[in-house]
Amino acid sequence: MDLQGQIIQYLATGLTLGSIYAMVGLGFTIIYNATGIINLAQGEFVMFGGLIMVFFTTTLGLPLFLSFFITLALTTGIGMLYERLFIHHPSKTAPLMTLLIITVAVSIFFRGIAMFIWGKEPYSLPHFSSPEPIIIGGAAILPQVFWILGLSLLAVILMNIFFNRTITGKAMSACAVNRVAASLVGIDVSKMVLLSFALSATLGALAGASITPIALMEYDRGPMLALKGFCAAVLGGLGFGTGAVVAGFLLGLIESFTTGFISSAFKEATALIILILVLFIKPSGIFGSAEVGKIKKI
Amino acid sequence: MNHKKLSKISLITAFTLFFCLSLTGPAMAQGPIKIGFVASITGGASWLGQPEKDTALMVQEWINKEGGIKGVPVQIIIEDSKSDASQAVLATKKLIDGDKVVAIIGSSTSGESMAMASICEAAKIPMISMAAALQIVTPADEYKRIAGTIESPRVQRPWIFKTPQTDTSAVEAIYAHMKKKGITKVGIVTVSDGFGSAGRNELKRMAPKYNINLVADEVYGPKDADMTAQLTKIRTSGAQAVINWSIGPTQVIVTKNWKSLAMGMPLYQSHGFGNKKNIELAGGSAEGVIAPLGRLIGWEKLPKIHPQYKVLSRYATEYEKRTKSDVSTFGGHGYDGLYLAIDSIKAVGPDRTKVRDFLENDIKNWPGTGGVFNMSATDHTGLDLSAFEMIQVVKGDWAFAK
Repeated sequence: MDLQGQIIQYLATGLTLGSIYAMVGLGFTIIYNATGIINLAQGEFVMFGGLIMVFFTTTLGLPLFLSFFITLALTTGIGMLYERLFIHHPSKTAPLMTLLIITVAVSIFFRGIAMFIWGKEPYSLPHFSSPEPIIIGGAAILPQVFWILGLSLLAVILMNIFFNRTITGKAMSACAVNRVAASLVGIDVSKMVLLSFALSATLGALAGASITPIALMEYDRGPMLALKGFCAAVLGGLGFGTGAVVAGFLLGLIESFTTGFISSAFKEATALIILILVLFIKPSGIFGSAEVGKIKKI
Repeated sequence: MNHKKLSKISLITAFTLFFCLSLTGPAMAQGPIKIGFVASITGGASWLGQPEKDTALMVQEWINKEGGIKGVPVQIIIEDSKSDASQAVLATKKLIDGDKVVAIIGSSTSGESMAMASICEAAKIPMISMAAALQIVTPADEYKRIAGTIESPRVQRPWIFKTPQTDTSAVEAIYAHMKKKGITKVGIVTVSDGFGSAGRNELKRMAPKYNINLVADEVYGPKDADMTAQLTKIRTSGAQAVINWSIGPTQVIVTKNWKSLAMGMPLYQSHGFGNKKNIELAGGSAEGVIAPLGRLIGWEKLPKIHPQYKVLSRYATEYEKRTKSDVSTFGGHGYDGLYLAIDSIKAVGPDRTKVRDFLENDIKNWPGTGGVFNMSATDHTGLDLSAFEMIQVVKGDWAFAK
């Protein structure tokens, strides 16, 4: 395999991993913007996305396309239920730290539920299209990789349009800037918070359902994904959707190229060292601005 | 008056006798013979502990149906370590001091077994672990001495035994197969947890013995989603074969990645691959994967005269009938541990020291589920690479590799 083939291979791997990190990171950002909470159960949305999809396709035998949308809908429902049951009421009085602890509890609770339903073993899904790899410039790339990349790019573009072009999206952005002011101009903040959890859950489900054919899924995959996604969100400048997405792809690429050209033993370390360096040099993240950071409370 | 005095004496005698008997404990009394059994029935390693517990219950039923050991019933006292070393230690202490068991089987994981071993050594009670690490049965100094060399240990911890095959044997079985195939340049990928790093050590340690040159040495995390990058690197390293050392989902992901890259070199997996589920999950990608597996996998294909055939067929059929689930090697480790203890007690009686001596000196050509055991003072596992068959995945099923 020549150098060109290798680079294409590492690029494909990096982008696949990166798109997952990006979607989890974007999920973090959406909830953070609307509520100021870091939702540590973000990885569990991905896990639910994968496992619910397994339930509908493998257990019930529904067609892939149909069960994909049922999975998105159900996981979105879980996200909304989560907000109404565990966040909505306490958020009126409890400090942010308490809410953060609640998300930890919910993450453990979700994992417990998943373990009861699906057990501890991993599950797989059929590929969305052919499982035969396509050879591009000497590198073998699975069609599923294109699905993952395509779906995540689509999600990112839709999110961008939503936040910048629609009234509801702008209202949510307003909540992010100043909740009191937003409610004073007639924005239903409570509804916006609910919506943020719904969107975040949908993104997680999208990521989970699309990676399960190549990466499998089991009940406790969430925390690791949440950690990587959180890194992406921080690296991109907490609160900046586009930043989280770009940083997510960057993290994936760094991991993949470190493995290829240095050593797989250092892949996590390299990614984390870069994170620390960036935060040292520019504490607001690559895309964050210090002024906006000051306005926001953490 | 004479009559009165006599009854007083007999009363005292009876009392003393009763007192003495209760002091000497259950070993002397006609109570059941007690064997302790510690397993990770709940918690993170419950996938090991659950089949082991089911096996213990089944063995207890069998042995008592056959009339126990020389007419004395056997009681297997099962304790749950909750996959936690400190819980395993507490359970061990309870079994030794409270239940006064003759021997202890346990526990499911190497970490727990290591913690229990020091207690059992101090209490001079034979312990048979169901975990694989060589450190369980080898004293720390001796283990340090052989690390980095191709030597095997010369001393063992006197009271500690174990039933699973060691990583070393699995590695040797793979290397022996490679040597036969003329493979000399090998790339390894290992998971960065306890199982993977122990395997990586052994892979590196034994390579010179089989003239194997490790041209790539890659690692990945236990929750990683994709190992394409690691495998691509191995592909460019000039390796003739890949060995992956992990358990859980990662071994299936590596299999899928290996297939999708069309690497043009065989993939060897560790002895942790022996579960039909892995073939199912890999969805066709596992075709051609080679792994060293104990004979509990594919026992139906063994010739009936094989020394292990009788044990394997009985255990596998009864286990599957009873639990309605596939037989696993882990339950088999429990079976071997229990029957080693039971056979020793049958031969020498419920005496801890005699049982230990018997286990060390008299377990020869003893067929278990894990292999044919030959214990000695320098080997408290009793199994070598002959405990493994090289198995290949052919048409979604196990077949003996050529």
